[in-house]
Amino acid sequence: MSNTFLGMPTLPVFGRGNLNATEPFPQAAHRELGNAQLRANLGHATHTIRDKRLKVVAELPDWEDMRDAGSAIKNATMAQLPALLEQFEANFTARGGTIHWARDAQEANEIATALIRETGETEVVKVKSMATQEIGLNEYLEGQGISALETDLAELIVQLDHDKPSHILVPAIHKNRSQIREIFLREMEDVDPALGNEPARLAETARRHLRKKFLSAKVAVSGANFGLADTGTLAVVESEGNGRMCLTLPETLITVMGIEKLLPSWSDLEVFMQLLPRSSTGERMNPYTSLWTGTTPGDGPQNVHLVLLDNGRTAALADEMGRTALNCIRCSACMNVCPVYERTGGHAYGSTYPGPIGAILSPLMTGIKSEENNSLPYASSLCGACFDACPVKINIPEILVHLRGEDVDSKRAKAKVPTQTDLLMKGAEWAFSAGSRLNLLEKGLPAGRLAAGRAKVIKKLPGIGGKWTQSRDIPAPPSQSFRQWWAKEHGAPNAAAPGTTGEGTISEGGRP
Amino acid sequence: MSAREEILDRIKSALRDSPAVPQIPRNYRRETDKTAEQRLGQLVDRLEDYKANVFVVPAAGAPARLAELLAGCASIVVPHGLDPQLLSALPRTGTGDAGTLAVAVDSPERPLTVAALDAVDAVVTGAAVAVSETGTIMLDGGPSQGRRIISLVPDRHVCVLRAADIVEVLPEAMARLEATAPQTWISGPSATSDIELERVEGVHGPRTLDVLILT
Repeated sequence: MSNTFLGMPTLPVFGRGNLNATEPFPQAAHRELGNAQLRANLGHATHTIRDKRLKVVAELPDWEDMRDAGSAIKNATMAQLPALLEQFEANFTARGGTIHWARDAQEANEIATALIRETGETEVVKVKSMATQEIGLNEYLEGQGISALETDLAELIVQLDHDKPSHILVPAIHKNRSQIREIFLREMEDVDPALGNEPARLAETARRHLRKKFLSAKVAVSGANFGLADTGTLAVVESEGNGRMCLTLPETLITVMGIEKLLPSWSDLEVFMQLLPRSSTGERMNPYTSLWTGTTPGDGPQNVHLVLLDNGRTAALADEMGRTALNCIRCSACMNVCPVYERTGGHAYGSTYPGPIGAILSPLMTGIKSEENNSLPYASSLCGACFDACPVKINIPEILVHLRGEDVDSKRAKAKVPTQTDLLMKGAEWAFSAGSRLNLLEKGLPAGRLAAGRAKVIKKLPGIGGKWTQSRDIPAPPSQSFRQWWAKEHGAPNAAAPGTTGEGTISEGGRP
Repeated sequence: MSAREEILDRIKSALRDSPAVPQIPRNYRRETDKTAEQRLGQLVDRLEDYKANVFVVPAAGAPARLAELLAGCASIVVPHGLDPQLLSALPRTGTGDAGTLAVAVDSPERPLTVAALDAVDAVVTGAAVAVSETGTIMLDGGPSQGRRIISLVPDRHVCVLRAADIVEVLPEAMARLEATAPQTWISGPSATSDIELERVEGVHGPRTLDVLILT
């Protein structure tokens, strides 16, 4: 079918669920920064993974070629998304799978619940999945009397501790081994109190805890890393084997996947299965990857469903400047290199998607005006490390700046009177439009020096300037401006400042 | 309007600026020229890095080597299509030899139960293809590899790979695979990096991976 849209353009329909910052980022960050243990855990983990990633990426002579291909494949996917979704649906269905479409989190949760009810089961095993975190499936199922057991080690830790994930790849990155040991001792039955805190022993404890569940599970819920349109194939990438257990042993498999996870063809997967493992865990390849297409008689689940989820993805797609955020393959390289994430951790972002990608994806999916999501695009120093690390070259800093603009525009539209920022900008416009005006202002420098006092720092500015000084001091201004100094040294009025030609407004600056 | 129609409409509306479909620059390596010997060496290196046990033997010596590897086992499972020659040196149950081994055969017609698979000491399978650069072995459900479950539930996986099936890069391997076959790509034994991002081998999948490469 044609991709050309002939109908009335519709307003973007935003996503719901666990996509919102519930308090402004600066406030949340301030609190999290006070947790020294968290900072130590995160600092250790992010630096470990950074070094690993750099090492395995440097091994490949064609890494940049692969990033270029990955970026182009994802852009091509988004440009042809309706046709690819229909192609995927036809192929997956032809091989015995069933497709469901969910407009939002609520609809996806209802579909999954109904499918589980049909089986008569009240317990399901789960493979780690961002999409089901985003829609809050576990909480929803609990309300419906169905318990969902997370089987990924880190998700299990978070679930046992009644905590929230703080990283998309390693949800328990904020916990260290001793904390994990304590959680196991407290929450698991039959754990030997002599359990040590060596990661190998902790992993073995998780194996014993989950083994019986795996072997008897009738229903599994998963996400998917990729869906291949030309074959109808789904892929799940994992390490522990919990994914294989869930995808192979139960009779019923329900997968929830965002509509943007498609790739046009089987051969495109060759790019992404090289980009993803090296970018996420810093391994040449992850231990296990499972691929399935509908059902295979005699092998694996015979009752196979896929829920295709919108939940704000189409709203992100409608933003021409921001839509490449949908190219994200959830590797987490951006958060591992981010100086802000490294210090605040993932909880400060509120949304299921933390870090640099979350700071753009969350407001794109919910709209900039949703709850406190307008504070997220400012959760960055715009250093650009995330852009360099991104395997599909999402220009995160550019989209952050774009969303800051959206935020300012949305606030301006709402405010009846000019804001402090508007007034400051007006003032700056006046001052910087003529040298004579700037000169006039520069006469105030000694007053600033006076305000700085003997310590020669200004610790607190009034008004919105206070936001700057709440975490930084401003050094005392010099006693004279460069141009005042030049005029004095060279005896202006006639000598022009260096770099000026005596023409236009700049020459005015030469005259005191 | 159904959810399907509505979502497709939303997408088309979102794309009303008709973004261009870019050409895909495929300048990355899709085939390579390492010799067979180099590929073998690279694969062994990668697999050992993942803490797999690797044994390289001439094809003729495979049955004896396999018997040696399985010396401590009481029971194994094999897929129905595994080359019977490979098992010819095993001390089989009923032969009266010391240290006999029970060999269960799993097939689509006579599948073993989960409990039976959980009780065996090891599984022996073949492999479809392997990628030396990443240390990855692909199983595609072919007769020598069997159903996905048999290489998952037993705690030890002995994988027999022909050296001729080793390629260097992922695109070369994928070109040999049928997308719609149920696949498992294996790069070392089960592992996790979930505790402080340190890799630890041995979680839910087989905790021991032995790879027997036949030259």
